[in-house]
Amino acid sequence: MWKRFRSNIGAMIGVALLATVIVIALIAPLLYPGGPWQMVQRPFLAPFSVDGLPLGTDTLGRNVAAQLAYGARVSLLVGLVSTLVALLIGVPLGALAGFYGGYVDEGAMRFTEFFQTIPNFALAIVLVAIFEPTLASITLAIAIVSWPPVARLVRAEVMSVRTREFVDAARLAGLSKPRILIQQVLPNTVSPIIVMASLMVATAILLESSLSFLGLGDPNAMSWGYMIGAARTVIRTSWWLSFFPGIAIVITVLALNLIGEGLNDAFNPHLSRKGKA
Amino acid sequence: MSTTLTVEHLTIGLPEGADRPFAVEDVSLAIEKGEILCVVGESGSGKSMTANALMGLLPPGVTVKAGRAMFEGRDVLRLPEAEKQALRGASTAMIFQEPMTALNPLMRIGEQISEVFAAHDRFTQAERRARSLDLIREVGLPDPEKIIRAYPFQLSGGQRQRAMIAMALALEPKLLIADEPTTALDVTTQAQILKLILDLREKHGMAVMFITHDFGVVAEIADQVIVMREGKVVERGKAVDVLENPQHDYTRRLLDAIPTGKLPKARVLSEVPALEIKNLRKVFRTGGGLFKPVREVRAVDDVSLTVASGEVLGLVGESGSGKSTLGRTAVRLVTPDGGQVLVGGTDLAALSEEELRRQRNKVQMVFQDPYASLNPRQRIMRALTDGPITRGVPKAQAQAKARELLEIVGLGADAAQRYPHEFSGGQRQRIGIARALAMEPDLIIADEAVSALDVSIQAQVLDLLRELREKLSLSILFITHDLRVAAQLCDRIAVMQKGKLVEIGTVHEIFLAPKQEYTRQLLAAVPGADWDQVQVEPA
Repeated sequence: MWKRFRSNIGAMIGVALLATVIVIALIAPLLYPGGPWQMVQRPFLAPFSVDGLPLGTDTLGRNVAAQLAYGARVSLLVGLVSTLVALLIGVPLGALAGFYGGYVDEGAMRFTEFFQTIPNFALAIVLVAIFEPTLASITLAIAIVSWPPVARLVRAEVMSVRTREFVDAARLAGLSKPRILIQQVLPNTVSPIIVMASLMVATAILLESSLSFLGLGDPNAMSWGYMIGAARTVIRTSWWLSFFPGIAIVITVLALNLIGEGLNDAFNPHLSRKGKA
Repeated sequence: MSTTLTVEHLTIGLPEGADRPFAVEDVSLAIEKGEILCVVGESGSGKSMTANALMGLLPPGVTVKAGRAMFEGRDVLRLPEAEKQALRGASTAMIFQEPMTALNPLMRIGEQISEVFAAHDRFTQAERRARSLDLIREVGLPDPEKIIRAYPFQLSGGQRQRAMIAMALALEPKLLIADEPTTALDVTTQAQILKLILDLREKHGMAVMFITHDFGVVAEIADQVIVMREGKVVERGKAVDVLENPQHDYTRRLLDAIPTGKLPKARVLSEVPALEIKNLRKVFRTGGGLFKPVREVRAVDDVSLTVASGEVLGLVGESGSGKSTLGRTAVRLVTPDGGQVLVGGTDLAALSEEELRRQRNKVQMVFQDPYASLNPRQRIMRALTDGPITRGVPKAQAQAKARELLEIVGLGADAAQRYPHEFSGGQRQRIGIARALAMEPDLIIADEAVSALDVSIQAQVLDLLRELREKLSLSILFITHDLRVAAQLCDRIAVMQKGKLVEIGTVHEIFLAPKQEYTRQLLAAVPGADWDQVQVEPA
């Protein structure tokens, strides 16, 4: 499996890009000990016009490069944590619905549909507006709007694995139902969940950026979306203020998508679009 | 007689990393007009690859490396794709193993047959329809006017295969390639399809290349036989010669592995019952809504039978006869609607879920599909010890037992640390048997346990079951669609049809003096078997 993943050039590019973003996020405090909010020069300095400020300064004279590096921390953190929370809600719910069927399934799926019928972004805005816009509440809001597809996927996978003969064999061995679900069925649904999770991180980053763009971000955290939102008014005179965070979002999301696709091809070699004549 | 197809020194290369460099190596064959050539071999012998190469249907990565195939004066292996396409359907045609997946589920049967004409630009719309009707009539489908408008799911397996044959015959091909066309069918249906192919051969004088793993089928229809093994031809000749006087060791082994013609001597049975099934009923209800009536299928309809301690009872029937449901009800994977399943005095059918879990070990099951019946993400040791440990057997003891059982089923104790994908189908089935034995059951239910295996592997697993029967005096309910297999292992045989028990008796009674018409039909349909000349092994 790992071998197939490594031979996928796109996926390896994705890994390299993501690794770069992660490293930058990790060493941001070392690179820019002053933090992203510190004013370092005149405002509106174009890229490469002053030594030491390769990406220029923003409306208040803050270092755009430092803002990008700190923004990576926020984006990745929100992306990962919200995906984890979404999995924590979606996987158990979907697994129970798929495994027990009947009323459990009906109940769980109606509950899921309730969330699915409300547009994601609108719900996220409402949730953040109700809570204080902090990193935690934004993360939670993103998780709450993104778990339904997880639940549906896990339900479908569990339903198909449940009918395999080894599950019957486990029943005959006298294993209890919860144990069969956890030990026999769920491990066999892991691969599509991993693929989906990697793509969800990308979506979460986009959602967070969109929220920040609208000014619903955590005012104490520098994020890419906030940068673009703040630069919106000066987009005609200072293109670099929205361009670089935009590129950062594109690269990170692209990297995650490449990795997700690579994982998908590696887990399901038969469905891979490669190798077909 | 003229030769329709000559294949010379055909070699087909597999992609790198496959288990061998060539799928087919230096295969030569010739089919005369009006002749049936059977290509026989076990899975992986390259028999299907040969056929696919002739039709230009090789999977990606697999290529013809050498050799030629002369058909109508041209080498079909080297033709450009457009000409190959023109040839397919018109001069050569193919029928496949699985008629459900080979037909387009969203197209009516008539349209699918007409499409063959359309693809080759023949006839007008009206003529196509008329010819489709003729074909449907010719392959013996009932009520052609209705069939032409039916969708594949509305037909039975045998009817679908007939529809496939109608499509293949549409443009009167000179060569018909049949890739295991009867493997997925019941014996009685298989017999009908074989007869149909023989009739059509007679009528149209086409050459038939018939791929099969079953020597019984070979005996029924073949003129010439080629035996393949690992991509090479090991034996060839006239059907009679190969069947009666096989030269190659491998052919002999394959023929020996076929359970036919001989009945083992009867054993004395114990009086103590291991399993008593009394008036068992199970009805499946499907559909049903506001406006639709509920469809009821009586899968098991008032069946009573007993399996004596130490006995192997064969449960035989066609697909849909309810034999699997009966087996699954007996282990209570399915809860019956009525009746009793008594194992050692306990009625499994009446236990509560909790109580049942504690009694689960009494009846164990060996499953049909060796690939689906083991959890791919669990080591063999876990599969064998999970059950006993849940019952309260100490871990060390359960593991020691598991290793011992793996030795008994002929795999060796070190198999325990490996994952299922490292084993072949036959080996996995041995693991399945070991898993059942690990629970120390009173009764084992084997649901088509050898049906998915090649004949030689099948023979080995049957040997193992026979050995275990002697050694551990196992009681087994052996569910199978294959009477030949049942004859080899069972003491008594029960015949089921449409959920009802038709006949039950000792193997000798069933085979030599069947009382019911249905049993006689089943016996007559078994390919290659002449039960009149059945030999009873001397006592």
